[in-house]
Amino acid sequence: MLLSYLPVLIMIGAASFMAMMALFMSFLFNPRNHYREKLTPWECGMEPHGEANKGHFRIHFFIIAILFIVFDVETLFLFPWAVILSDKGLSVFLFAEVLVFIIILAIGLIYAWVKGALEWV
Amino acid sequence: MPDISLIVALALMVIKVFIVTTILFVLPLPLTYVERKVAGHIQVRLGPWRVGPHGLLQPFADMIKLILKEDIVPDKADKFLFKLAPLMAMLPAFVVYAAIPFGDKWTIPFIDREVTLYIADMNVGILYVLAISGLGIYGLIFGGWSSNSKYALIGGLRSSAQMISYEIAVSFSAIGVVLLSRSLSLLEIVKSQGGNLLHWNFFYLPVGPVWFAIFLIGSLAEINRVPFDLPEDEGTLGAGFHTEYSGMRFAFFMLAEYLALVTVSVMSVVLFFGGWNAPFNVPFVPPILWFLGKVILFIYFFMWVRFTLPRYRYDQLMTIGWKILIPVSLVNLIITGLMKI
Repeated sequence: MLLSYLPVLIMIGAASFMAMMALFMSFLFNPRNHYREKLTPWECGMEPHGEANKGHFRIHFFIIAILFIVFDVETLFLFPWAVILSDKGLSVFLFAEVLVFIIILAIGLIYAWVKGALEWV
Repeated sequence: MPDISLIVALALMVIKVFIVTTILFVLPLPLTYVERKVAGHIQVRLGPWRVGPHGLLQPFADMIKLILKEDIVPDKADKFLFKLAPLMAMLPAFVVYAAIPFGDKWTIPFIDREVTLYIADMNVGILYVLAISGLGIYGLIFGGWSSNSKYALIGGLRSSAQMISYEIAVSFSAIGVVLLSRSLSLLEIVKSQGGNLLHWNFFYLPVGPVWFAIFLIGSLAEINRVPFDLPEDEGTLGAGFHTEYSGMRFAFFMLAEYLALVTVSVMSVVLFFGGWNAPFNVPFVPPILWFLGKVILFIYFFMWVRFTLPRYRYDQLMTIGWKILIPVSLVNLIITGLMKI
C-alpha cells in the first residue's frame, strides 16, 4: 500500500527541519573570523599542493565498485526466492535452480580471486 | 467529506513520526556520554567527571560548544556539495526508522485507543532498511570529494569501498533471515520468532549463529566502527572524510554515526533476537521493555568492542570482506536452503 510510504516523506521533512533549525542556531551564535590560511585544506601544516579532487585515485577502488554491482544485483535475485522456497510444492526444483545460480556466482568470485582483483597490495 | 478514521490515522502517524524523530535527534547526547564513560571505565579511568555530577552535563556542554563553533567552508571546496554532504549522511539514518517495529500493539490508558508501535508496516521492510542505510554513503563520498583535501578524499574513497564490500555480506545475511522467517516484512519477521528463546533466528542451529556473525561483522564495517574504522584512521588520515568540517556540520556526521550504531543494534535485535518477544514467559514486563533492553545490550556490546580491539589494515579489511565473508555466506546459504526444503 502506498500509504505506508507516506511516513518516509514526513520523516525526511521533520529531520530536515530539525537539521535546518540546528544550522540556524549555529548561524546566529557562531563567530566569523575567516582568513586565507584558515580556508585552505588541512595538510599537516604544509602549504597545500595541487588539487585533490581532480580524479587522481587508485583504479582499484573502481574494480571493487564493479564487483560490488555484479554481486549485489545477484543477491537481489535471491530475495524473492528466499520468501517462497519453503511454502510451495516445487521447493526441490526451486532449490536446484538457485543452486545452479549460486554456483555460477561462485565461479565469478573464484575468477575474480584468481585474476587478483581481490588483492589489495 | 473525508473519512474521519483516515484523518485520525494520519494524525497518529504524524505524531509518531515526530516523536521518533525528536528522540533520534537527542539520542546522541546520552550516547556520547555513555560511550565516553564506558571507554573510561574499560581503560581504568573515570571518563567525563568535571561538568556536573559524574560528568552528566558533559553532553550539553559539548552541544553548546558545537553550536558556538565557527562554520568553515574551505576556499577551494565545491560549496554546494560540501554543504549538502552532512544532510545526505544524516537523513538516511533517520528515515530508516520509518520501517522499524518497536512493538506490536499498545492500548493507551484512559482513552482506551489501540495504537501500533511502528510507523509503517512495509511489506518489503528489510529491503527498505538495506537500501536506505546504503544511501548514507553518498554523504561520506560527497563530503570527502567536495572538501578538496587529500585526507578527506582518501577517507571518503576508503569508506565507500569498505561499505560496498561489506554490503554484499550483509545482504546475504538478510537473505538468510528471510529464508528462516519466510517474509520480507520486519513485523512478520519478529512475529515468526514468537514463543520462547529457541524460536529466535539466532538459535536456528547450526546456521543461525553463522548468519548473525556475518551480519555483525558486516555491519560493524558498514558503520565504520572499530575494528573497521579505517576511514577515520587518525594516525594516517587526520579525521578521514570529515577532516575539513567544523561546528554543526561536523556534528551532523557524528549524529549520523551514532544513529547508525543504534540502527545496527536495532536490526540485530529485530532480525536475530526476536524483537520485542520475551525470552521466557515472564509476567508484567511489557514487550517494549524487552526490545529496549536488548537494544541497549547491543549498544553496550559495540562500545565494548570499540575499546577492546585494535584496528585492521586496509588489505586485511578487503580480505575479510571478499575472501572470507562472501564465500562463507554462499556456503551458509546453500545449507540453509537445504534445511528449509
